[in-house]
Amino acid sequence: MHQVEIATTQETLLDSPEMVLNMGPQHPSTHGVLRVVLKLDGETVIDLDCDIGYLHRGMEKISENRMYTQIAPYWDRLDYIAAVSNGLVWVETVEQMMGLPVPPRAHYLRTILTELNRIASHLLWLATHALDIGAVTVLLWALREREEILKIFERQFGARLTCHAWRVGGMPNDAYDDFNKDVRQFINNFPKRLDEYETVLSENRIWLSRTVGIGVISGADAIAIGLSGPALRGSGVAWDVRKSRPYAAYADMDFDIPLGENGDTYDRYLVRLEEMRQSRRIIDQALEKMPDGPVNAKLPKIVKPPVGDYYHSIEGPKGEIGCYLVSDGTAQPWRMRVRPPSFINLQALKQMCLGHLVADVVAIIGTLDIVLGEIDR
Amino acid sequence: MWWRLSARSILFWERLIAEMLLLSPINLLNDLLLKFFSQETITFFVWPLIQILLVVTLVALWVAYATYLERKISAFMQARLGPMRVGPWGLLQPIADGLKLLTKEDFIPESADRWIFFFAPYIAVASAFIVFSVIPFGPDWAVIADVNIGLLLVLAVSSVGVLALILAGWSSNSKYALLGGLRSSAQMVSYEVAMGLSLIGALMFARTLSLSGIVAAQGSDSIWYIVYQPAGFLIFLISGIAENNRAPFDLPEAESELVAGFHTEYSGMRWSLFFMAEYAAMVVVAAIATTVYLGGWYFPFVYRLEAGGYHNLFVLVSVLVFLVKASIILYVYFWLRWTLPRFRYDQLMDIGWKWLIPSTLINIVLSGFAIFLVQALDGWRGIKTIQALDRGLNLTATGKVIMIIIGLAGVFVTAALLARINWRSRDFNLRTQRRNIRLVNLPKGKPAVQPGS
Repeated sequence: MHQVEIATTQETLLDSPEMVLNMGPQHPSTHGVLRVVLKLDGETVIDLDCDIGYLHRGMEKISENRMYTQIAPYWDRLDYIAAVSNGLVWVETVEQMMGLPVPPRAHYLRTILTELNRIASHLLWLATHALDIGAVTVLLWALREREEILKIFERQFGARLTCHAWRVGGMPNDAYDDFNKDVRQFINNFPKRLDEYETVLSENRIWLSRTVGIGVISGADAIAIGLSGPALRGSGVAWDVRKSRPYAAYADMDFDIPLGENGDTYDRYLVRLEEMRQSRRIIDQALEKMPDGPVNAKLPKIVKPPVGDYYHSIEGPKGEIGCYLVSDGTAQPWRMRVRPPSFINLQALKQMCLGHLVADVVAIIGTLDIVLGEIDR
Repeated sequence: MWWRLSARSILFWERLIAEMLLLSPINLLNDLLLKFFSQETITFFVWPLIQILLVVTLVALWVAYATYLERKISAFMQARLGPMRVGPWGLLQPIADGLKLLTKEDFIPESADRWIFFFAPYIAVASAFIVFSVIPFGPDWAVIADVNIGLLLVLAVSSVGVLALILAGWSSNSKYALLGGLRSSAQMVSYEVAMGLSLIGALMFARTLSLSGIVAAQGSDSIWYIVYQPAGFLIFLISGIAENNRAPFDLPEAESELVAGFHTEYSGMRWSLFFMAEYAAMVVVAAIATTVYLGGWYFPFVYRLEAGGYHNLFVLVSVLVFLVKASIILYVYFWLRWTLPRFRYDQLMDIGWKWLIPSTLINIVLSGFAIFLVQALDGWRGIKTIQALDRGLNLTATGKVIMIIIGLAGVFVTAALLARINWRSRDFNLRTQRRNIRLVNLPKGKPAVQPGS
């Protein structure tokens, strides 16, 4: 068992004694069961350690004993906020190892649904991040929008959260009848609502004073730690898997990548908001261009990738989520490894938090947008 | 129909209600009591007891329904309905909550300092409720005690409340509670200074510390002091919100950082006592703001009832006016809470010491200057600014206009001065520190998957 130890020393009477504060695993704003051990001088953080693993399920090991098609639902439970995106990593990895031709309509549907999922994930981030900083009303507003997306998911996949959205070779079934109408309605209403959230937060003095200059990380440091997703782009590094190595139908899409400048919490906030707008743009294009046709490729009876290894990654809402897969030619993978964006982003927590106050730790955990299901796996 | 407000129908309904109230239980009760006690005992002992009972019940109800209103108002802001299940529109929800909390286990953590932990909630509630003894809810019998240092008493007693928070935080023997207690003590102590100083401007006009006296001064001057003292009112409201530990200054119980702050370890009825104390303290600040700045129970035309001879009705309507005014201020509390994010601890201290306290001092100086100016102008080239000096500062229309202009200018002067002082601080220049994001269109790399492959 990993033990967290932070020595406290008190040398003279005049030294202010440092306090060790256990934040979590039961804490309202550690976004699950993260335990952060803080060493405090007054309320200033002077040392910090993350203790993770409360949600460990051994998903990677379990995968070695499952058929390729059986593994997909486990991926939904990694980052349960973005189950649709996660599922896509797995099926695309297997498809590419096997060289399966996926019909274009399936690619377009995947693009639309993963982008909807990105919006849903970012909305939940906005909700919880605002709640951490004390703006409770934004929470319920954002959840109201997310609800619209979840309704679409429910009609399409039969589940709201852990959708098990994809199958190897395409989709389980075609889009439901009113799919275009529902998605269109959502993306038409969405920008107005997003502007509304911005009026509450973006120019708010308190919001600015809580986020500007908090949790700063430079582009070089972000690359050194291996940050990805909005956390990396907030620091001004132009990197997006959707652009650099397009998957699904992203090669056909026209969209921009928002980049921050300071690398602080406020920049990451703006980047995520802009990403939602760009996602909307992508969905709009994909709906326009979506071809007709089948949504499923012809599959062999048993999915058996050839011997070899393969790495594939996509741009999930939290960052670059990847899958490294080693196959020995049997019906079960020999080894599967997840590249978890939340886990790697969490490594920046200490560097971002040192010297800030306890209240900022909460804001920084919020801005990193971690999901413990993915960190602990 | 009667609700078509013709003069005759108003008179009719006025008279009907008044007839009922003239034969009101108050007079009957007095006659009844005279059979058992002497008139002196009744005046100094029995009536105050009845008043206290009434006020405590009223305030407790008010507090309970403030929680209900807060939940409803927050619900409407957040596109939901709020409590709807208990009673029509959830109207019985506060009572159901109270019953639930009463029947919960009275849990005291093993490592807590038992007796202090036990008594801290009572201090909180007592300090919040004692204040109501001097609040003038209305004229005549609607005030329990008209103490001539009423305002001082309010400030003194309500500052005892901070003790409860410190004791609760300390005795819980929990780090979160301790941090909450520390924060609250620092916060309440520093904001009390601003709160006390902000009232001085209004006191200069009223020339009395008695709360009833302040109301009477506004009545005789026929003006609300919010008009003379807009800056003072704003500062008082802000520091009052901070003093009550309400959002956006709710750091002592910031649930996202300190779980629940000083009352983390409390549960059941003891927790609800803290909750009641918080709401009662809010009501106190709202009541003081109403008394000092919004003319208390005065409202135009209500005085006609007294002139018509319906004394008890006049008192009742005045109490109603007072409650409505105070409730409007309470609404501001709820409004702010559900709109704004929370300050950080150091920012909170900055606002208290770098903004509010200097601005109260500026306000005092400006108010003094204004009064001096008005007095100096009286009789100069035939300008008449002062009617009489017997009760408060009795100004003529000219004097009022001068006073209002100086008051409004004071807001801007204060803001400009403080902006100059705090120009170099980090939090002042946030807008220049923020950067906009830029959009780039990256070149596309080699696709991992060919669409249509």
